[in-house]
Amino acid sequence: MAKLILSMDGLVLKEIPLTKERTTIGRKPHNDIQIDNLAVSGEHAVIVTILNDSFLEDLGSTNGTIVNGNPIKKHFLQNNDVIELGKYKLKFVGEAAPAATGEKADFEKTMVLRPAAMKAAQAAGAGAGAQAAVAQRQAAVQAAGASATAAGIADKDARSTPAPAAPSAAAPTKPVQPLGAIQLLSGGNAGRELELTKPLTTLGKPGVQVAVLTRRPQGYFITHVEGDKRPTVNGQEIGAAPHSLKDHDVIELAGVKMEFFLKA
Amino acid sequence: MDLTQTLEIATCTDPGMVRSHNEDSIAADPANGLVVLADGMGGYNAGEVASGMATTVIVTEMRQILANARPYEIDQKNNQEVAALLLREQVLKANSSIYQAAQSQPQYAGMGTTLVVCLFYDNRVLVAHLGDSRLYLMREGKFRQVTRDHSLLQEQIDSGIITAEQAKRAAHKNLVTKALGIDPTVEPEIHEYPTKPGDIYLLCSDGLCDMVEDEDIGMTLHALGGNLKLAAQQLVQMANDNGGRDNVSVILVRVLREYPGPRGVMAKMFAWLK
Repeated sequence: MAKLILSMDGLVLKEIPLTKERTTIGRKPHNDIQIDNLAVSGEHAVIVTILNDSFLEDLGSTNGTIVNGNPIKKHFLQNNDVIELGKYKLKFVGEAAPAATGEKADFEKTMVLRPAAMKAAQAAGAGAGAQAAVAQRQAAVQAAGASATAAGIADKDARSTPAPAAPSAAAPTKPVQPLGAIQLLSGGNAGRELELTKPLTTLGKPGVQVAVLTRRPQGYFITHVEGDKRPTVNGQEIGAAPHSLKDHDVIELAGVKMEFFLKA
Repeated sequence: MDLTQTLEIATCTDPGMVRSHNEDSIAADPANGLVVLADGMGGYNAGEVASGMATTVIVTEMRQILANARPYEIDQKNNQEVAALLLREQVLKANSSIYQAAQSQPQYAGMGTTLVVCLFYDNRVLVAHLGDSRLYLMREGKFRQVTRDHSLLQEQIDSGIITAEQAKRAAHKNLVTKALGIDPTVEPEIHEYPTKPGDIYLLCSDGLCDMVEDEDIGMTLHALGGNLKLAAQQLVQMANDNGGRDNVSVILVRVLREYPGPRGVMAKMFAWLK
């Protein structure tokens, strides 16, 4: 279950599980999360939780609601988002993969969410309250694990695949690699340097001879694209497959010589 | 009408860096101007079965029908073009084949597949899709997405709950709201667009667009448009370099020249003689 961790000046004050569909935040005592501080409005903000997703909405507060340093009106909460209200900080911790079922959901696998199931889930979330929603979700996950269609979700895989640690970690992390560049050694622009910052850079004359330099995690590669003649690297004509480039390789293409080198 | 000389087609499919098997299926029938891409789902190897059935059924059925039918004719009964009716019919046929297999054999229970199909004819392209497999178009240097995903995420973007930027980081990228073979019947989304010589169409599974930014895909097509085969390989490689978390499939189709449907007297004579 998703929760909020309330802290001030780096001191954790309490943890608040998001069990309700609407969790209100404000200075007045009737709020679910009461923060007795004058910088906080009476009814400051609300977090709406539907199944696994939580949305934060500012309720027209005097001093506003800030998430990760940016003022927001409405925000789809992601794992580790930090909500700031005056001096107080609320860290949002998303729901971990449900361990109770034994089977873990694979967030990468495509699944079908049939409209009927979605409506039922939404109705449960909106009407019967959060507990029903949680039950619904667990049922759905269980069903997915067992590859059953009864709950309306067809899982792509019955294998027990470990879920990624956090779905937000799915963003590809590009390893740091040295930047490559080429310097023209002959032709009208001899001496000119070109940094290879893009994932791919084309060289040559369209219709005559074109090659592409690709930037990959393993380094730089040169590939022949079009033209009867292939480019040469250190005097050797390259094949059809991408050719790995090493520091100070000399490429010749459409009559122009150039040197590839890695920048420190 | 044989479109082999009119369309240049390159395909590439790869299991990616994480998955052990490839649940995507692709098929192309250049002569009839038909390309099909499907991304299967279901336990064990059922995903492959579903996507394989989808591509096979659609390609073989369409091939048989197109041998005798002219897609641009107007159907007398409901005043619609034959092509759209035929394509919808074949998609439904594939749907019931998969659904019935899933119902009758326990190991295939719950299998299904996304789908994107393009039929090129008469200077036009007819596009049918279900789920989150996409069609993009590169025209005169501009790259854009043609289809809209049938996914929970897209619905949330449409209703304004989240922005496209937030969607990129959302956890539930994988939930599609429509698919082939899940229910006894399905309504594919079908649209028709005019084509231009020089257009490059890209059909891809979510393994590409989840791993590679649209901007980078566009740049690749722009840079490597001269060599479609290489462009297809490069796209798959980029998805794999970025993590390759899912199967990656791409189909690239370039329109080389105009291909109006034969409408003259001679064509009618020829059709009649056949």
